Amino acid sequence: MSTTDTDAPDSGASDAAARALSTAPVEEAEPESGSGDGPAGGPRLGVLGWARWFWRQLTSMRVALILLFLLSLAAIPGSIIPQTSTNPVKVSDFLKSHSVLGPVYTKLGLFHVYSSVWFSAIYILLFVSLAGCILPRSWQFIGQLRGNPPRAPRKLDRMPAYATWVTDAAPDDVLTAARGTLRRRRYRVAPGEGSLAAEKGYLREAGNLVFHIALFGLLIAFAWGTLWKSDGTKLVVPGPAGGFTNNQTQYDDLSHGALFNPDDMAHFGLTLDDFHAAYQTSGPTKGTPTTFYADVTYFGADNKDHKTRIRVNDPLNIEGNKIYLTSHGYAMNVTVKDGKGNVAYSGPVPFLPEDGNLTSQGVIKVPDAVDSKGKPEQLGFAGLFTPTTTIDPVMGPQSTFPALKNPTLFLTAYYGDLGMDAGLPQNVYVLDTASKNLHQFTVGGQPLKMPMVVGDTLKLPNGAGSITLDGVSQWADFEIVHQPGIDLALGSALAMLVGLAASLFIQRRRIWVRALPGADGRTVVELAGLGRTESPKAAEELARLVDVVHAQAPSVPEEPASPSTTAPEDSSDKEHA
Amino acid sequence: MIDIAAGVNEQFANLSNYLVYSAMAVYTLAFLAHIAEWTFGSRSKVARSSAALPAGSGTSAPAVKVTKRGGGTAVLERPKVVTRGGDDRGIEDGKGAAGGDEQGELYGRIAISLTVLAFALHFGAVVFRGLSVDRAPWGNMYEFSVTLGLVAVAAYLVLLALGRSVRWIGLFLVTAVLLDLGLAVSVLYTSSDQLVPALHSYWLWIHVSCAIICGAIFHLGAVATILYLFRDRYEVALAAGRANGRFASVWARLPAAATLDKFAYRINAAVFPLWTFTIMAGSIWAESAWGRYWGWDPTETWSFITWVAYACYLHARATAGWKGRKAAYLALIGFACFLFNYYGVNVFIVGKHSYAGV
Repeated sequence: MSTTDTDAPDSGASDAAARALSTAPVEEAEPESGSGDGPAGGPRLGVLGWARWFWRQLTSMRVALILLFLLSLAAIPGSIIPQTSTNPVKVSDFLKSHSVLGPVYTKLGLFHVYSSVWFSAIYILLFVSLAGCILPRSWQFIGQLRGNPPRAPRKLDRMPAYATWVTDAAPDDVLTAARGTLRRRRYRVAPGEGSLAAEKGYLREAGNLVFHIALFGLLIAFAWGTLWKSDGTKLVVPGPAGGFTNNQTQYDDLSHGALFNPDDMAHFGLTLDDFHAAYQTSGPTKGTPTTFYADVTYFGADNKDHKTRIRVNDPLNIEGNKIYLTSHGYAMNVTVKDGKGNVAYSGPVPFLPEDGNLTSQGVIKVPDAVDSKGKPEQLGFAGLFTPTTTIDPVMGPQSTFPALKNPTLFLTAYYGDLGMDAGLPQNVYVLDTASKNLHQFTVGGQPLKMPMVVGDTLKLPNGAGSITLDGVSQWADFEIVHQPGIDLALGSALAMLVGLAASLFIQRRRIWVRALPGADGRTVVELAGLGRTESPKAAEELARLVDVVHAQAPSVPEEPASPSTTAPEDSSDKEHA
Repeated sequence: MIDIAAGVNEQFANLSNYLVYSAMAVYTLAFLAHIAEWTFGSRSKVARSSAALPAGSGTSAPAVKVTKRGGGTAVLERPKVVTRGGDDRGIEDGKGAAGGDEQGELYGRIAISLTVLAFALHFGAVVFRGLSVDRAPWGNMYEFSVTLGLVAVAAYLVLLALGRSVRWIGLFLVTAVLLDLGLAVSVLYTSSDQLVPALHSYWLWIHVSCAIICGAIFHLGAVATILYLFRDRYEVALAAGRANGRFASVWARLPAAATLDKFAYRINAAVFPLWTFTIMAGSIWAESAWGRYWGWDPTETWSFITWVAYACYLHARATAGWKGRKAAYLALIGFACFLFNYYGVNVFIVGKHSYAGV
């Protein structure tokens, strides 16, 4: 990319001096069409020529700007159309309700915009374009650092800031004075023939390069994190039996990147000791949680138990994995006895919340039960749990507050075959009540139904057994995330921020001083400054330098002798005075 | 849990509401005073002879100036630094809303005084809102809007106090703040309350306050950009000798297009790194709250789009063939994205950022 400074005045002399002052990327002038070296110029272009043309186009500012703009446009559909990665349920709902649009969207990858071919194409092209721009600029900048500031242009009065006067001081004295001042102001100064060239603010370009290079770091971190990521959830009920160890089979559901390897999973585990929640007790947001946290015991690579508390916003970090508390609900601690009076099941069974007040539903499956005659017969229970129970005349039992103020479990019971032996994966929260092999217990022709409070026992008909509600505990749902590359992402982002600040707030500017003997033997002093037009700083800085140099080389009180002072004084001078 | 500890200090909450309404009333008075300022200004000579703008250029080449003072001794002044403008047309800034009219000037000063008063009330409203719940007063859209308006006015008053010539923005800023507050109290109002646990984080202070500052300052930048577009068209028309549109006298009193463009650029360039930091802070918070630092949540996506749009603007403005009006349109697109992210995404698209009600 050309680095001609567009902010410099348009004279040839200053153009050369201003080269590479601006850090701003610059649009390359379109080559004249028909000149023979462009594609419009005719069929002369070989493969190499085309490649060169394509490369020049790709790394031009115009194409980079278009790609950048396309990138923001391309990101829009993903925020409006449901995405598989964030909300698969919404996607399937959308597909069901849009029989025409759905397949079209699927074809276009609109349900996974950010991993779609066209979105990837845009950002990959953008990064290639960026690389094609940044690499040459980095070399160029290194060259500038190793070289000297460009020599003073012939016509200094063409520069954006300029001052001149005639003095009796010797040219060398003037240059020495200017040089000392510039050095003190931390300019890089290079002497020339009867002149000085000074430059400052290299950090602007450095920051600019750092910012753009850090973008690559961010991209690499993002790719690394996506390819090797694993992200799973696990519902944990309190007690050692409900504990979790990090193993692919232990997850309720686990999604992972393309290069994830289950053998690389870190060794750790945890058990839930206790879960606490508090809720807003009044006001418009009554019932919303004000705080919740889980007390857990965990072990890592050292296999030693540690106790800690996991809160929202405050995940547990073990072995490069982060464990987040995502949701919670109630678990029924039940004991089920079968027809022979043996304990067929005992422990907590999680119920899933259905609303903000934690009205919950769940099922209890007891596959290893026998009937009163000792014949195997599986038992199943479907229940509705309300922590603060209110019986609505129309809707039936409902919870009006999420805390355990008046907990009731409404149970109905089944016997027969739960269908668990078919070898097919089964939803643990649903009973297949439509199955022919599963029968509901009835009393007097009506389905058996009973509201239970803690301590109640429901005896099943025909001596089939009983179920006791021993207590109610709370389960916690954890999300376990392993995402490598986070440190690189954070480091890159910080580098971007620093680079950005440097490239936007630091001014790069040049000052030239020339002191040559004039026709009358006196010294003509000329000073010029060049900076970006956004800032009046270049002129202010030059004025301060003029003050210092002028004090040491005062002007001669005679008629102007400088060659550039032929212009008559106009009104604008008086304003300045 | 005890209500008072967890709950809301109703007295403070009510006081905050009264203060918001009082502030709106005073802003309205300031708005009227600004209107009076512009109206009186339009009858001023400067405005009526708007076509008579001096086309003075900064280019001149004085050398040493010698002035004779008492006693005939020649006293040397230091050499002048001569500046050559870059792109500007050499057109000077307009004379301001009052256009030199004395009465207009008086109303202008009244408007600023009223704005300061309204700002004080507005500030009280935000403080008491925060005190009523013992947390940062930007936990929902209502609070966000009210605080954003406050920061926009604060930025304006700070620039004024620093002696920058920003009085021309007064009317447009007060109008925007009134719209913002009006929308807040009518559509977005949420009574003072505690937040869900996900918002109990010091990142609420950092991330959201940065977003508010960015929004407020982008706001100023966008107002300046819009005015630039009008003034630029006016200057082009002026050069063609047909600057006699209905609002020509308004545009004539604004700063020069080059000045407005520079102002907008400085504002946007200054706040762009802060916007970058806002997104980063959000990512860090998301990482600790949701388990990923970037998940293309609608709000994240739109903050990214906003970022890219402003990045386009910053690049375009420094590129020949794009600077000027084209770059200005990009800046406005960036601000539109910010607005959509705030109003559109929060109201119409449900993402993870939509908490605490609208």
